[in-house]
Amino acid sequence: MEDLRTGVRDAQNRFRELPQATRWSVWLGLEALLVVVLGSLDLSLGVGAGVVITIAWLNKIRDPRIRLGIEIALVVFLLIVSTSAGVLVAIGLALTWLPDVWKRLAVPGTALALVIGYPYYVGHLFTIPLFGAFPSVRTGVVMLVYVMMALGLNVVVGYAGLLDLGYVAFYAMGAYTVAWFASLQFAHHNFHFGAVGVAPNLIGFHISIWLLLVLAGILTSVTGVIIGLPTLRLRGDYLAIVTLGFGEILPQVARNGDHLFGTGFNLTNGPNGITPIDPPGFGNTLSNATGGILPANYLTAANSDRLFFWTGLVLVLITVFASWRLRDSRLGRAWIAIREDETAAAAMGVPLMRTKTWAYATGAFFGGIAGAYFAAFKSATFPGDFFFNISVFILVMVILGGMGNIWGVIVGAAFLAYLDQAGLANTGAWLNSNLGLKIDVPLYEFGIFGVILLVVMLFRPEGLIPSSRRKAEFQEGVHDEPLYDVQH
Amino acid sequence: MAEELLIADGVRKEFGGLVAVNDIDFQIPKGAIVSLIGPNGAGKTTFFNMLTGVYKPTSGRIVFDGNDVTGKPPHAITARGIGRTFQNIRLFGNMTALENVLVGMHARLSGTIIGSVLRTPHVRKEEAEARQRASELLVYSGLRNKDGETASNLSYGDQRRLEVARALATQPKLLLLDEPTAGMNPQETADFTAFVQKLRMDEGLTVLLIEHDMKVVMGVSDRVTVLDYGEKIAEGEPAEVRKDPRVIEAYLGTQAGAA
Repeated sequence: MEDLRTGVRDAQNRFRELPQATRWSVWLGLEALLVVVLGSLDLSLGVGAGVVITIAWLNKIRDPRIRLGIEIALVVFLLIVSTSAGVLVAIGLALTWLPDVWKRLAVPGTALALVIGYPYYVGHLFTIPLFGAFPSVRTGVVMLVYVMMALGLNVVVGYAGLLDLGYVAFYAMGAYTVAWFASLQFAHHNFHFGAVGVAPNLIGFHISIWLLLVLAGILTSVTGVIIGLPTLRLRGDYLAIVTLGFGEILPQVARNGDHLFGTGFNLTNGPNGITPIDPPGFGNTLSNATGGILPANYLTAANSDRLFFWTGLVLVLITVFASWRLRDSRLGRAWIAIREDETAAAAMGVPLMRTKTWAYATGAFFGGIAGAYFAAFKSATFPGDFFFNISVFILVMVILGGMGNIWGVIVGAAFLAYLDQAGLANTGAWLNSNLGLKIDVPLYEFGIFGVILLVVMLFRPEGLIPSSRRKAEFQEGVHDEPLYDVQH
Repeated sequence: MAEELLIADGVRKEFGGLVAVNDIDFQIPKGAIVSLIGPNGAGKTTFFNMLTGVYKPTSGRIVFDGNDVTGKPPHAITARGIGRTFQNIRLFGNMTALENVLVGMHARLSGTIIGSVLRTPHVRKEEAEARQRASELLVYSGLRNKDGETASNLSYGDQRRLEVARALATQPKLLLLDEPTAGMNPQETADFTAFVQKLRMDEGLTVLLIEHDMKVVMGVSDRVTVLDYGEKIAEGEPAEVRKDPRVIEAYLGTQAGAA
């Protein structure tokens, strides 16, 4: 084994010592071979691989005129093959030419504009080789919900360094908050406040979804604090195990809550879940007053999916904004200090329990809102939605993207949620039709995520887009040996 | 007699059967520089950790500035006005020098979570002032133009300086320095000693020093306490303590001829 490793290292070193021209020719040859092999399987995949490889080579070209020439040729070629691909690549390449000062605004701005406009042009987009069509707007809503949950978990895991394996509990708490107060669940009561799309004397609680999103955030935060107070005294692995327990307890309460503690009180309607949930919306009065800009009722609206998509985007933007502001605040610094060295942080006047609890409550807040919004979108909530694998799934999103980095987490969450919702099925269909296989790929979903996680951990442990700090930690390590004999 | 800033009354710490610190009485007068010395394993750092709340004394009482702080958590003790450095440097290695100092100001700032998200005028003003003050503290501690430097990239001497700057950011009345000159060359040590004296002059700080380097201890201290095997074996002015036969024995052993 050791011989093999030294052998590989020797070969690598010898390869690096070769003249640049030779090395580049070898790479080009290998890549051309790859393109040909892939192209023979599926022509579009070959083209796609070729484009990606060309773009990867572009920043090696020093002379801007040659680079521009190649880029124009590439865009023209793509425009002929597929207009939408040409336009997207052109936008991306154009951004690379901007001076760095502009890039800081232009790159997120363009990305945001592309996302806002997504429902309009998704129907005209090209089919990605291997991954199939771009995600539908409905899939997009689910992706946004997961992005929001991942950003919430990122505060707990990425900023404060607290490994939480029970994040799904917060998602469940948020979902059930909406379900309780905007459905027929509590039929003995009759309370309406701002709900849309339900008859005025319908039994049960019917409160405006917008208020409930806030309420869900607050209730989930409180749950987070209640779970956090006894558990956050623990360090590292112990905390992980206890949070794992809570992540199992809450869904079980949901499952068995139709006969709570034998009192006959039906809290969660058990395995049947709570459905339907009232739709979000602004009601006819507000809708008419704004000339229909604010939709009256999301579910009955003709462009229902788009409305959910844009509203989800607003929620994600709020989460991003809060994450970003918190990172550079007094509290954010304290979180990072705790992650790096608890003992030193405490000695500098950071109250460990309170600061950790704030991280937990903040993460819970966003997880709760995301869960509530998801339930409103599906108009249902079931105990089966809150299995342990969701906790792991969200954690993998954070780790894959790059713990602590907002953009990394967004990319990781969007990508994995897409794979989960549509990508794996598409890829499976492609494999089966092009390689003549008969594999039900989505069945192996978690195996595949496991492999993705392993590969990332082996080759890029800091994540796809790491925060500069995290990157340094992975390279140099942190030292945080416990020093306490009393817990605070 | 000067007013006592810190009084330790019969402080004892046992780890299982081992008595690490045995019923020590100890006072630090306001404005003094007091040193705690002793051979390795004498219980100096354990004692220090009890003063800062890292360990809870098995018995005894610690009174700081008129308040009983026995067994209080570290952050509460820091908030009362005891700042400390660590023997083996414990900076937040992947934060910048400025951020390290800002963490030290945690207890002195009041930005809430909602205020931070909305960046209210109050938070904005407080942050700007804190950054300004942190930057000045870095300059004061000899780290000019190192604000944006990642702490782990600083030289060893600068890391020691940053530890002090971070401790000063907590606005202490009493500064505890745990072997601050360990690993420094003689020039750096001399600079540091001068710096500690300057701190007392400028800020009116009271300092407790744990030190191995006798030259530092003798040069700067008003009073020296010697620990050995968890017991206080001598206390007094540096010159007296140096002559005390029990101290010589503890440091050099009974058959010290060869040393």
